[in-house]
Amino acid sequence: MLNKRLLLTIAGLGLSAAMALAATATIMSVQIRKADIRETPSYLGKIVTSLAYGDKVTIQAESGAWFQISASGQSGWIHNSALTRKNIVMKAGEGAQTSASSGEMALAGKGFNSDVEAQFKANHKEIDFSWVDKMEKIKIAPRELAGFAKEGHLEAQGGAK
Amino acid sequence: MKRFLLIIPATVCVLLVGCATIDKLTEATTGLAAATGVINTDQAQSINKSVGAVSKVFESITPEQEYYIGRTVAATILTQNKPYDSKAMTAYLNTLGQYLSLYSDRPETFGGYHFLIMDTPDINAFAAPGGFIMVSRGMLRCCKTEEALAGVLAHEIGHVELNHGLQAIDKSRLTAAATILGTEAAKNLGGKDLADLTKTFESSISDITSTVMNSGYARKFESQADKAAVTILERAGYSPSGLTSMLQQMEKNIKPGGHDFAKTHPAPADRIAELTKLIKTTPVTDSSARQSRFSDNMRGL
Repeated sequence: MLNKRLLLTIAGLGLSAAMALAATATIMSVQIRKADIRETPSYLGKIVTSLAYGDKVTIQAESGAWFQISASGQSGWIHNSALTRKNIVMKAGEGAQTSASSGEMALAGKGFNSDVEAQFKANHKEIDFSWVDKMEKIKIAPRELAGFAKEGHLEAQGGAK
Repeated sequence: MKRFLLIIPATVCVLLVGCATIDKLTEATTGLAAATGVINTDQAQSINKSVGAVSKVFESITPEQEYYIGRTVAATILTQNKPYDSKAMTAYLNTLGQYLSLYSDRPETFGGYHFLIMDTPDINAFAAPGGFIMVSRGMLRCCKTEEALAGVLAHEIGHVELNHGLQAIDKSRLTAAATILGTEAAKNLGGKDLADLTKTFESSISDITSTVMNSGYARKFESQADKAAVTILERAGYSPSGLTSMLQQMEKNIKPGGHDFAKTHPAPADRIAELTKLIKTTPVTDSSARQSRFSDNMRGL
């Protein structure tokens, strides 16, 4: 009898915890230029879709350093370092109503940006940006990275697994 | 710069007791900068919360701004150190480096991790904020195996992951930036404001480049980066002892009094001693496939 009551209490607690979680759905913003959403919590997982800087996602679950999210009707996994709790706003004034306080908001393109870089370049013609531009284009595809690991008999333990 | 880094924590402790005060201080400057994205008071839940009070200022730099800082830091370094233009070697370096970055605590930066070789016999490696990593030919010559090279790259990824570059920025710069931005709500700054913000940017860049190229990071940052490297290497399937063997080779190659790692980093022997305490795993012996591709790609170095 006592056990049954205990079980009911535990079940009840579990239910209210689940409800509380649902009530406070966490919304986060993509804080990088382009973020791939994957089928599984792994960099080897198939890419479901890609999100852009400032896109909003709803957190559904967590597994290690990965978040299961949903965004514009699709769901998948993303590494936590691609997201921020700040509300990233793409245009001035856009997020004023939705954000709890201005302290939780960041305006994209504000501060040190391409305008500042252009001004810096104008002031410092001796600094050569051509190699940084080239360097930035070097992006190894996930499939190639997986092949590299396999060829080198690398047995990864965690993190990106 | 090194002195600056050492003094900051002490100053913060003396002047500002506890984090709450720092929040207030930040608040004072951020009040002006509402919605600008440069300064932010509510950083307590941010990813880097464990770093502590001193980090609050650099945490207010968004990954997007970190990316612009990193680009200019890298451009400055690459203007002084011409790149070594080898397609095959650069591709190999990026494959290894980008693979390793996936196993760091921060695989995602605004523009991703990218690697380049500098054409100099000096032993050097630089990590600009946001993931622009440059390694010299002299440094590559200290690497006799893929594990050793992985050790070098993982150490630099560690500096990026831990925001060491951004922490070299004098915090007065960011207060100045917040003040400028507070006067302007729109995204595009005009005339004088842009000129002032660019001045702050220039000073921030020179804080970082003078630290990484001349004075070097505080010893604490170097051991933190070594520690991060061990974690990355173990997760990625490499033996972290590769870093130790690279340092042993560096000890032979390094010229005392040189303007490279000899000046900016703790002595290899000291780093080896610390690493030995951290490394628990035994070296992997079956690495013939890795050794063969390493030799192929490093040919002609």
